[in-house]
Amino acid sequence: MKKFWLSRWTKVLLFLLCLLPLADLLRHGFEQDMTANPIEFITHYTGNWTLRLLLITLAITPLRALLHQPQLVRFRRMLGLFAFFYGLLHLTTWIWLDKEFDVAAMWDDVVKRRFITVGMLGLLLMVPLAVTSTAGWVRRLGFKRWQWLHRLIYVSAAAGVVHYYWLVKSDIRLPLMYGAILTVLLLYRLGAWMKDRIKAKRRSRPVPSGVSVAS
Amino acid sequence: MPHKEDRKGPVWLISTTWRRNTTIRWRRYHVSRAMSIHKTSSLRYSDVTPRREYINRRLFLAAGSAVLGALASPFAAGAETKLSGYTKSPFSTDEKPTPYSAVTSYNNYYEFGTGKDEPAKNAKNYRTSPWMLSIGGEVTKPKMLDLDAIMKVAPLEERIYRHRCVEGWSFVIPWIGFPLNALLKQVEPTSKAKYVAFQSYYDPKQMLSSRAAQIQFPYIEGLRLDEAMHPLTLISVGLYGQTLPPQNGAPLRLTVPWKYGYKSIKSLVKIRLVEKQPPTTWNLAWSQAYGFYSNVNPQVDHPTHSQATEERLGSGIFGQHIKTRMFNGYDQVASLYSGMNLRKYY
Repeated sequence: MKKFWLSRWTKVLLFLLCLLPLADLLRHGFEQDMTANPIEFITHYTGNWTLRLLLITLAITPLRALLHQPQLVRFRRMLGLFAFFYGLLHLTTWIWLDKEFDVAAMWDDVVKRRFITVGMLGLLLMVPLAVTSTAGWVRRLGFKRWQWLHRLIYVSAAAGVVHYYWLVKSDIRLPLMYGAILTVLLLYRLGAWMKDRIKAKRRSRPVPSGVSVAS
Repeated sequence: MPHKEDRKGPVWLISTTWRRNTTIRWRRYHVSRAMSIHKTSSLRYSDVTPRREYINRRLFLAAGSAVLGALASPFAAGAETKLSGYTKSPFSTDEKPTPYSAVTSYNNYYEFGTGKDEPAKNAKNYRTSPWMLSIGGEVTKPKMLDLDAIMKVAPLEERIYRHRCVEGWSFVIPWIGFPLNALLKQVEPTSKAKYVAFQSYYDPKQMLSSRAAQIQFPYIEGLRLDEAMHPLTLISVGLYGQTLPPQNGAPLRLTVPWKYGYKSIKSLVKIRLVEKQPPTTWNLAWSQAYGFYSNVNPQVDHPTHSQATEERLGSGIFGQHIKTRMFNGYDQVASLYSGMNLRKYY
């Protein structure tokens, strides 16, 4: 199993898998199967995949531990970058097709509509993560600092869920589902962190006197 | 190497046990429930008959032979049928109508699902015949009308109207119907009648629950009496020369072209003339976004978007946006609101 994960081809395979949503979107376009409102269709499609890929990226850490496959971390960067890629497609759709490059209208939306403000924030916070995703940047920043910076993905994912929750008219089932998954993924991290702390404390506690330590 | 203690109690093991137990409990509950039905004799007619059918039977008894007439009417077939004998109206726009496929596949009809494509799929077997419309309240001659009677209220006209959704998109639809005022005049509103309240058909057995849709059902709407009496206000029974498809509000619906689409209530079963402003579904759900009047107004934003422009659907993805016009371009209704602050009464 370990050998499989470490194979060069798994990354190629994942790359192709991550392109599937885009291919499917293009197929919908060619077959003119994008509902009567194609702009809305493209917007929702790219937005949904941004959120899904963010959650898949965040699932890597728990999966490494639960499946005892630490090698899975090899795929995290690519997944995160694809989340950013679909996020950029989402933004491009909005700027080009929805707002038709009307800067004043876009600025108005960013300032006035809280769901756009928070969505824009989520996407903006992904920019430094995409830029510093290379091994070179890990070295330059130092692993600890790099790790702290990349925890911004928690904020981006939460912003994405809130963005979705605020924009739906009444049926909140889907945004709540994404929110629930994100909560589980973040609670796992909180649990792991607390466990580590307790362990660290126990280790640092001196051995109580009076207890004979068997040799 | 992972820690040894990590292997002892993986979280997902607990959850499978829990899931198995709940499944067993769930099965037990349903088996015992099914058996108790066999044992007891308190089985009611409504327990074994779909609600829609026994209601239909009740209507059948109530309407008597009129229903037999309805069975022979264009609505009996279930699928859309051709309407004839309608005239072209001078109220029609000369804008290009949105393709039939778009108008009938992209719908907001939350009773059949909150996705735009869901109503067309989920309302397929929705039976709209027989049908009864009741008109009452502050009137001297309350009425119960079946579909045949409804079709004879006034001569049918084709009216090509702009249809502006509050979500920011629009259609151009060739409706077929008659002015609502023709119907209202027949029931003779009393001097107390100031508003008109409308109610949609609702059957939780074949429709989505209020809980899932997060809006109240049955769907209710309302107009001021002068708005309801305005010649533009239409009772639609068809579009594109045919009877209404279920997803567009079969067998009859309201069409108020200068207001956002949700005011044009679908599948009408009840009209009441009332003294006070009636509650309306979307206003109850989110009053800051959906006012009672809901006139198309490019100057009053929706909380989530500007209403200054709209996307005219049906022909592509580039350059689809046009400027939204006050009252959706139906300037002849402006006098209904003279002196009113339309920012306050949105």
